Amino acid sequence: MKIQTLSLGVLLVAFWALNSGLFKPLMFGLGTASVLLVLLISSRMKVIDSESQPLYLTKNIPGYYLWLLKELVISNIKVVGTIWRSNLQLQPALATIKMDHLSEMGKVIYANSISLTPGTVTTEVTENSITVHALDKSSIAEIKSGEMEARVRKLDK
Amino acid sequence: MSIVATYLSWALLVLGGLLCISGSVGLLRFPDFYTRMHAASVTDTLATGMILAGLMLQAPTWIVLGKLFMILVFVLLTGPTAGHALAKAALHSGLKPLLPGKSGVLEADNKPSGGV
Amino acid sequence: MFTTVTIAVLVAMALALFRAYAGPTLYDRILAVNVFGTKTVLLIAIVGFLMGRPEFLDIAMVYALMNFITVIGILRFFEYSSPGTSANSETVKDQ
Repeated sequence: MKIQTLSLGVLLVAFWALNSGLFKPLMFGLGTASVLLVLLISSRMKVIDSESQPLYLTKNIPGYYLWLLKELVISNIKVVGTIWRSNLQLQPALATIKMDHLSEMGKVIYANSISLTPGTVTTEVTENSITVHALDKSSIAEIKSGEMEARVRKLDK
Repeated sequence: MSIVATYLSWALLVLGGLLCISGSVGLLRFPDFYTRMHAASVTDTLATGMILAGLMLQAPTWIVLGKLFMILVFVLLTGPTAGHALAKAALHSGLKPLLPGKSGVLEADNKPSGGV
Repeated sequence: MFTTVTIAVLVAMALALFRAYAGPTLYDRILAVNVFGTKTVLLIAIVGFLMGRPEFLDIAMVYALMNFITVIGILRFFEYSSPGTSANSETVKDQ
């Protein structure tokens, strides 16, 4: 049995327990049966691997989330400030930014993090570049400085 | 529940409500689709997070807390995916973003920017 | 006090609905509907607490998932229809 099967099982049990909240014998039996069925189906579909269960990220991801939360708050304040300014002087920009090689998972995390922060949206991801639309030119410069990319790269190891 | 948690919860809820309204005002004020998308992501991230965190502090049972947390995770996971799909579809259909031109005024057609 | 937040969310929903009505492009409308959906999730959750019935959260959770699938579904539908018919008739001239 792979470690990923175990982690998926734990995840499903936790999901079931949170949704149900009832622990009568009948309910418990039905819950166990459905968890086992899902595990069986997904192992036959061969989707239980390190792509669907990226366990190697576990060590570094909490630190990354905390940093991302800080970035979220900062850029939210910036965008809300722009919204309430009386004369709307926008300097939006669309730019393609080069990046060094990242793994598939790294690219997904990087592009989604950029989209999640208000003020920047990823529109296209290719092998070694990323296209970003930003509400303000300064956000493009911030991404070009490469701090987020470096943090994502650290996750990969 | 301690008095501090109550006050913190109300502060989070009120701030979240204000952010919600800010996001919608941005949705109305901004000049084109791409800039409006940035206003929409304010509501998707911090406003949702604050309101749900405020509710979490008042959750009567662990089950309720867990469900609120699951909703937060769903919204945070699906928000950027939907935003990216929208932006990509809009760009591919030929909708040009407004960009500042020579004089600093926003215009839609300052030379096609290097093929989409 | 929950009432205040409920009203704030309702006002935000009304503003989003106005953008969905005003357009002008198809994508503005989809975006507004997406924002409206996210606010609905919040509204259901808050109203559940307001009425003292947190069981409403199950509905909110289903709505969160449905909202995402709605957006992706509508985009799929328009991606494969003829491009730019009603989406952005003024910028479709080139290409």
